[in-house]
Amino acid sequence: MSASIGTGTLESTHLLGLRHTSAADIQLILDTAEGMQEILSRQIKKAPTLRGRSVVTLFYEPSTRTRTSFEMAAKILSADTTSIAAGSSSIVKGETLMDTVLTLRSMTMDALIIRHSQTGAPALAAQFAGCPVINAGDGFNEHPTQGLLDLLTIRQRFGRVQGLTVTIVGDIQHSRVARSNLWALRRLGAVVRLAGPPTLIPPEMECDGVTLHYQVDEALEGADVVMALRIQKERQESGLFPSLREYHRLYGISAERMLLASPRAIVLHPGPMNRGVEIDPDVADGPQSAITDQVTNGVAVRMALLYLILGGKSSDALAA
Amino acid sequence: MRWLLKGGRLIVPSRGIDEARDLLIEDGVIRSLSFGDDASGASTLDLSGLVVAPGFIDIHTHLREPGFEHKETIATGVQSAAAGGFTTICCMPNTNPAIDNGPLVEFVRRRAEEAGPVRVLPMGSVTRGMGQDEMADLGEMAEAGASAFTDDAFPIQSSRMMRLAMRYATTFDLPVVTHCEDKSLTIGASMNEGYVSAAIGIRAMPRTAEEIHVARNILLAEETGCRLHIAHISTRRSVEMVRRARAHGIRVTAEACPHHFSLTDSAVAGEDAEHPGRAYDTNTKMNPPLRTPDDVAAVVEGLQDGTISCIATDHAPHSIEEKGVEFDLAPFGIIGFETALAVSLTYLVRPGWISLPDLVKLMTSGAAGVLASPNFPMGAGELSEGGRADVTIFDPAAEWIVEPSRLLSKSKNTPYGGHRLFGRVRHVFAGGRLIVRDGHPNGAEARGEKG
Amino acid sequence: MTDREPFSSNMPNDGAPALVEGERQAVMDSADMRRALTRIAHEIVERNRGVANLCLVGILRKGVPLAHRLSRLVSQIENTPVPAGGLDVSLYRDDYATRQPRLHRSEIPFDVSGKRLVLVDEVLYTGRTVRAAMDALMDLGRPASIQLAVLVDRGHRELPLRADYVGKNLPTSRNEWVDVRLQEIEGEDRVFIVKPPPGEER
Repeated sequence: MSASIGTGTLESTHLLGLRHTSAADIQLILDTAEGMQEILSRQIKKAPTLRGRSVVTLFYEPSTRTRTSFEMAAKILSADTTSIAAGSSSIVKGETLMDTVLTLRSMTMDALIIRHSQTGAPALAAQFAGCPVINAGDGFNEHPTQGLLDLLTIRQRFGRVQGLTVTIVGDIQHSRVARSNLWALRRLGAVVRLAGPPTLIPPEMECDGVTLHYQVDEALEGADVVMALRIQKERQESGLFPSLREYHRLYGISAERMLLASPRAIVLHPGPMNRGVEIDPDVADGPQSAITDQVTNGVAVRMALLYLILGGKSSDALAA
Repeated sequence: MRWLLKGGRLIVPSRGIDEARDLLIEDGVIRSLSFGDDASGASTLDLSGLVVAPGFIDIHTHLREPGFEHKETIATGVQSAAAGGFTTICCMPNTNPAIDNGPLVEFVRRRAEEAGPVRVLPMGSVTRGMGQDEMADLGEMAEAGASAFTDDAFPIQSSRMMRLAMRYATTFDLPVVTHCEDKSLTIGASMNEGYVSAAIGIRAMPRTAEEIHVARNILLAEETGCRLHIAHISTRRSVEMVRRARAHGIRVTAEACPHHFSLTDSAVAGEDAEHPGRAYDTNTKMNPPLRTPDDVAAVVEGLQDGTISCIATDHAPHSIEEKGVEFDLAPFGIIGFETALAVSLTYLVRPGWISLPDLVKLMTSGAAGVLASPNFPMGAGELSEGGRADVTIFDPAAEWIVEPSRLLSKSKNTPYGGHRLFGRVRHVFAGGRLIVRDGHPNGAEARGEKG
Repeated sequence: MTDREPFSSNMPNDGAPALVEGERQAVMDSADMRRALTRIAHEIVERNRGVANLCLVGILRKGVPLAHRLSRLVSQIENTPVPAGGLDVSLYRDDYATRQPRLHRSEIPFDVSGKRLVLVDEVLYTGRTVRAAMDALMDLGRPASIQLAVLVDRGHRELPLRADYVGKNLPTSRNEWVDVRLQEIEGEDRVFIVKPPPGEER
């Protein structure tokens, strides 16, 4: 058991991204998530902590896994959940984000979880929500809970994050998973390599502790963690690289490529996978894959986040 | 009416005047600019500590009428301009309908006359309906008094079209004002492409999108002999190309907007030292976008060495509803009339980049020089005996904090809300009428009623 | 935390040494504690007529080392191993809205159903922590019975609960607190009563 002392409160009210989240907050969330994992291993997966609290998930982009993960996390802690999905009537009728959030606010909610195709939408919602806002993915900016669960998975396998070499392969330019991971990994002291075709990696991302690689083999050399990102057909269709076949040949994570990595290396993927494109099936299902851990950890991380973000202060303090 | 303006520092760059002098105004014109005149029967204004300059000229503004009156009207726009010290402004044709024919040019001029003595000189669209397919009736618009032709907001993508238009425009000796943007490089983009856009996940436009068109338009101007004016220049390469072209004798001029020499793209992330605050503030979204510190330095250098002839605001009002949406969905543009002087004083003069007289030139005769033509009023941007009494009097040291709700424009989309700036307009005469007094619009005079 | 409100929990900062203290008075030393625990161990064995189906669960944090000590003592008495575990009750507290203790991991490596379970904590005060612990245990299984052993009972109960085994009864006033220091955590075995700084008594 960790001999941790001190209050368990986050520095920030909302979780809009990991770029500005302190190392202390990240560690607190991961430590708390480990405590939550114990609940998930019980037969009765329930704790009364968030009883009577109302958690709203507002998803402008369709998503099964993230939304379900958040809902499960809320329900295990006995919160009440309400789900609003894209395609639901008022969003279709063109109601602005501001009006939607204000309507929800007047129906009283204790936390808002929002996923949106526009970068900055959670920040905009946070201005009107009157309660903590959690970003479940905005445009290609950030997906902080994914970054956190990836970090938890890494920390559990290696006991630490600092000093590890993490290689992220794929469409970095359009990936909110890549960004969130990048910020958190750097904050906790990992070395990060970004690999992919030059048309998919912004050159400005090369900075302190981050290197860019257009040859994936050199990026995999000795890596402790290999994260494969989903390659989307729309990118190929807009001419950013010639074909999925070529992408697979040059950047696909195969068992043979994994031999270049450290023998203890693990493989991560945020899902859903394009098997045979960015990752081969035998790697996805192989002994080095930690992909299923990621999913379980996702629920624990989201439980930890809801616990930390809703506790310790009354909701009056946020009604501004 | 007779006015005696005493005790101010008179700066008239075109005539090399920078000294304490009195000014006598009568019947709409300047009677004299010398000392100790016969001032019997004149109302006096004591201007000690203030600067007296020709009325400012803004050659790039959007007045939104006809068609977008919820953002601004000619009447409210002119009031906001006056509060900012502007007595002559040019407005862009991207209204609804677009100003692409003589009658519409006349409509705007007439509405402006009804609103007061501030002069409004509309620019006409190069193409019909701003659709870029066919040339508009440039001659008819020239006859109706258009001050220039422009493609602002809908930059002409076809080189063939631009070449034809420039060639044809030489007939009228009016400049073609171009918004330089290669649209194929800016699809879906909302800010400058650089580290900030990569870090905060916003689709962005590279500087080459502007520079490619600056290069193209300069080459076409050289070939056709057309007068070219580059609107809102914003990158280092663009400034360099204009500098070299001018050194070669090509007739090209450029203007810069105050936001391009005061803010950077970090402001979009809420991390600009000059504009700290929340990220994704749509009041930091305009086109061309805020650029990098190096580009800001290049714009300042261009203002220093005369590569850039004038300051223009690109005053672009949008309503709160329109700007209150997600960053990518918000329209481009910010207002600028009422902060232009203060931003320029704060970021150019106080740090010592340019002198106060040179700033006055950039806001008066420099702008007049760009649009000099039979359609541009003689003597605008100057003060001379017998000339129209357009005078702007300001306090260069007054410190104030910008409160958007108190600005006179119908829209409040400014990035300078809460900023501490130096410099305030105190009194403005347009056509000899005191339309702004002690910083406020002067009632009947400002509304254009005879006083 | 500068307001001297009566604490619903004995150690307001989860044990963090950040509070402003007045004077401390030692009320038990290591020998006292050893004797008390030995006595409690014997009482547990006597009351339960042996150690069949017995288990000990300490409430995090300080109840845990005490549970382990009792487990060793009880196992020795009957020459039979008696398992011990640790229970984090943060998720079951009733003051979640105003206080947010750091969550730790429970570790109970045995099934609690059907067991005679002895909850162990270092201080019994309002009783709310014990109430939370019982709720937590119910979600883990169905013990046959639950008993409570505490090193110190300082009074001021707010719920109808009592301890079955008490090391020492310590009358205190509401604005004092009891600091139990343990070898396993602070490196010494002592119990103090800590008074608030002068001028802040209520």
